[in-house]
Amino acid sequence: MSFPWAKEYTPSHPFMKWMDEKLPVPRLIYNAVGSGYEVPRNLNYFWNFGFLAGLCLVIQIVTGIVMAMHYASNTAVAFDTIEMTVRDVNWGWLFRYAHANGASAFFVVIYIHIFRGFYYGSYKAPREMVWLLGVVIFLLMMATAFMGYVLPWGQMSFWGAKVITGLFGAIPFVGEPLQQWLLGGFAPDNAALNRFFSLHYLLPFVILGVVILHIWALHIPGSSNPTGVEIKSESDTVPFYPYYVAKDGWAIGVFAILFAAAVFFFPNALGHPDNYIPANPMSTPAHIVPEWYFWPFYAILRAFTQDFFFIPAKLMGVLAMFGAILVWFFLPWLDKSPVRSGSYRPTYKKFFWFGLIPAMAVLFYCGGAPAAEPYVMFSQIAALYYFAHFLIILPIVSAIEKPLPLPYSITEAVLGKDEEAELAPTA
Amino acid sequence: MAEEDGVRRRDFINIAAVSAAGVAGVGVVIPLVSQMSASADVLAASSTEVDISAIQPGQAIKAVFRKQPVFVRNLTPKEIEEANAVDVASLRDPQTLAERTKEGKENWLITMGVCTHLGCVPLGAGEGENRGEFGGYFCPCHGSAYDTAARIRKGPAPKNLEVPAYEFTTDTVVKIG
Amino acid sequence: MARILSILVGLFFTVALAWSFGRGAYTQITEPAAPTAEHHYHLLPKDVHFASDGGFGKFDRQQLQRGFQVYKEVCSACHSLSHVAFRDLTQLGYTDAEVKAIAAGFSVPGTDPNTGEATMRPGTSTDYFPKPFANDIAARAANNNAVPPDLSLMTKARHDGPAYVYSLLTGFTEQPAELIKEFPEAKTPSGLHYNPYFANLNLAMAPPLVADGQVEYGDGTKATVDQMAKDVSAFLIWTAEPKLEKRKQTGWAVLGFLLFATILGYMSYRNIWAGKKH
Repeated sequence: MSFPWAKEYTPSHPFMKWMDEKLPVPRLIYNAVGSGYEVPRNLNYFWNFGFLAGLCLVIQIVTGIVMAMHYASNTAVAFDTIEMTVRDVNWGWLFRYAHANGASAFFVVIYIHIFRGFYYGSYKAPREMVWLLGVVIFLLMMATAFMGYVLPWGQMSFWGAKVITGLFGAIPFVGEPLQQWLLGGFAPDNAALNRFFSLHYLLPFVILGVVILHIWALHIPGSSNPTGVEIKSESDTVPFYPYYVAKDGWAIGVFAILFAAAVFFFPNALGHPDNYIPANPMSTPAHIVPEWYFWPFYAILRAFTQDFFFIPAKLMGVLAMFGAILVWFFLPWLDKSPVRSGSYRPTYKKFFWFGLIPAMAVLFYCGGAPAAEPYVMFSQIAALYYFAHFLIILPIVSAIEKPLPLPYSITEAVLGKDEEAELAPTA
Repeated sequence: MAEEDGVRRRDFINIAAVSAAGVAGVGVVIPLVSQMSASADVLAASSTEVDISAIQPGQAIKAVFRKQPVFVRNLTPKEIEEANAVDVASLRDPQTLAERTKEGKENWLITMGVCTHLGCVPLGAGEGENRGEFGGYFCPCHGSAYDTAARIRKGPAPKNLEVPAYEFTTDTVVKIG
Repeated sequence: MARILSILVGLFFTVALAWSFGRGAYTQITEPAAPTAEHHYHLLPKDVHFASDGGFGKFDRQQLQRGFQVYKEVCSACHSLSHVAFRDLTQLGYTDAEVKAIAAGFSVPGTDPNTGEATMRPGTSTDYFPKPFANDIAARAANNNAVPPDLSLMTKARHDGPAYVYSLLTGFTEQPAELIKEFPEAKTPSGLHYNPYFANLNLAMAPPLVADGQVEYGDGTKATVDQMAKDVSAFLIWTAEPKLEKRKQTGWAVLGFLLFATILGYMSYRNIWAGKKH
């Protein structure tokens, strides 16, 4: 949908007119990220992370294509080809570090983007489809990142592949054949490495496709905003260009500084030393952990230490780990609140800041810690809260809490008054 | 006046910011282009030593230089005579045999085994291969024929077979590259 | 209906977690985990500094050459350096001729050009450092059933790698008497060597640097065990990351430019939003 006051694309140059008739790509861009897209004027910096996530995807695709030019997906040489890239290819070290740290940057940005959504109720109607597509993107990102981490064929690559495919082995009846099918063998080897490389190259483009749908779905109701009040009139919005182009532009600068600092000065800080040891199927590293962005879910997996009635602990862990993300799909229907933004939902806000955020912090921490006490007990409590938050607390709180009074419009929230509000019938 | 200056100053900042983004874009392109050129390990492996002691007059061997064949031929006196008998001015790529060999070692003809037309490997270095109507090398891809000094005589190739940089480290060892 | 279903699913997971937590806590109280010798006696690497540390760190090439000498004369008997080529040594300040001579001093696997049989030939500068053992089985057989790891990436393959290598090389001691008293089953087995900087306290490698003057440095530096350990650690920082200097130098240039561009971007942002309350 476009708002009635949104500017219309009017090409002046004859070539652009000709183009507009044959293939209106400039019009599409104008209406998507140009002057034709009207955006709430009151977006805060949390709204920059969508754009930054798009930038991260581009960084990963570009550096990834370069890495693939020098890589060979064969267990005998995979590790060596990466070292050769780093040592002998012009700027190879830069591409390797940018690609490895780019994955981390992507997840930092995406976690902030997701939690922005939790707090401000971005998943609520009419943006359910935006949210659902976003969760799909997150799942695809996890799959891509996991398979990418296997490619260097270091110790963590190998054991990561073995352990994560082992999760599928927990599924009753079909587990073991399924695991063998995924790996193309009894353990990770050439077959697995080759298919992971193939899929690791494919999935980013699938992500790109879903990102386009995600933005398309977003542009139908238009962007949400920190008050959660829908756009009412022209004074509520500014055109994307130049206002948000300028704001995203300088946010990119800040992001680039932090990213460059990591790539050039701490390139291995987020990696694991064991992945600089070539894969050895005969010896497991003492402390195996996935990359940091999987830690919360890894902690949930490990939190289930006891069989629950007839369900084995291993299967419970796998169910819970996948369930922890799948539950996000149901959020638009679990949250019954008439109000969108957490800023006007006093009870929900407390659960968000003092419940969900600390629980996630504990899960992050414990997922990276050894599988020993007290970390397991901490992650059990945190995981318990995590499930309770989304499946029990949110549906109940959203139904019974009394929200704070909302501003009439974005204009009123920003300027203190909105002349139209005085004309409108009181709600 | 003041207002106008203000407007100009503000425009200047926007232009400067966009320019900086442009510079960053160019800065990113440099490594992107550069990474595709030959890497250090490839460049390092660019010289080859060949032992020529076993090559009898009239024989040739194929060695490998920069992942491409190089022909090392021990010319017979008859072949040298044939090469010198040619009127250089009549050649497509005029060169004498002396210009294509080292002084005092005129019987050692060392050339790349890469046809100057489109890069096929000409026949003639192996025992019993078709050496073409000029008795040197013959490229089967598009019919280029080279003479006993590996000069182009017939067919589409524009140049003589290339003579790589080389030197005799001893009487029996040649270092190519 | 959806809400009741959701609460039921929520209860399923939370009760299962509470059950796991309860059982875990009960076990914790009734059977606390037994202390282990590793837990009590393992030490974190010593605090040691190298010229290449820090944002402006650069390699000390004299030290790298000394470290290379230690590798060549001591470590290379058992440890490979498979990602490093002789040609790379020019980065340590050796000339092409010196690199050629160093390479020729190593035998590398080759093929006899006449018979095609596997043979050994002197190295050339494009060769990589040869492996001291033909394969892992040979390495195991010669080293009391332990494979000496490749050293090219050692300083990146361990936490706090350079300090770890240095600490390990200087950390061999007698096993403390109280350790044996406290954990009699943790007594160092014969053939292994006690070293508190090694994860499980006992490693197969015998102390490699044992006496001052074990190698004779050309630059007059006194070859104490500590000095040799430090030098070879510095050398292994280089083997693990030969592009370290270029990375940091490029980093400062990139950061400087980005800071400038970001300030411009911020000014442009303020300027465009001027007068637009938000």
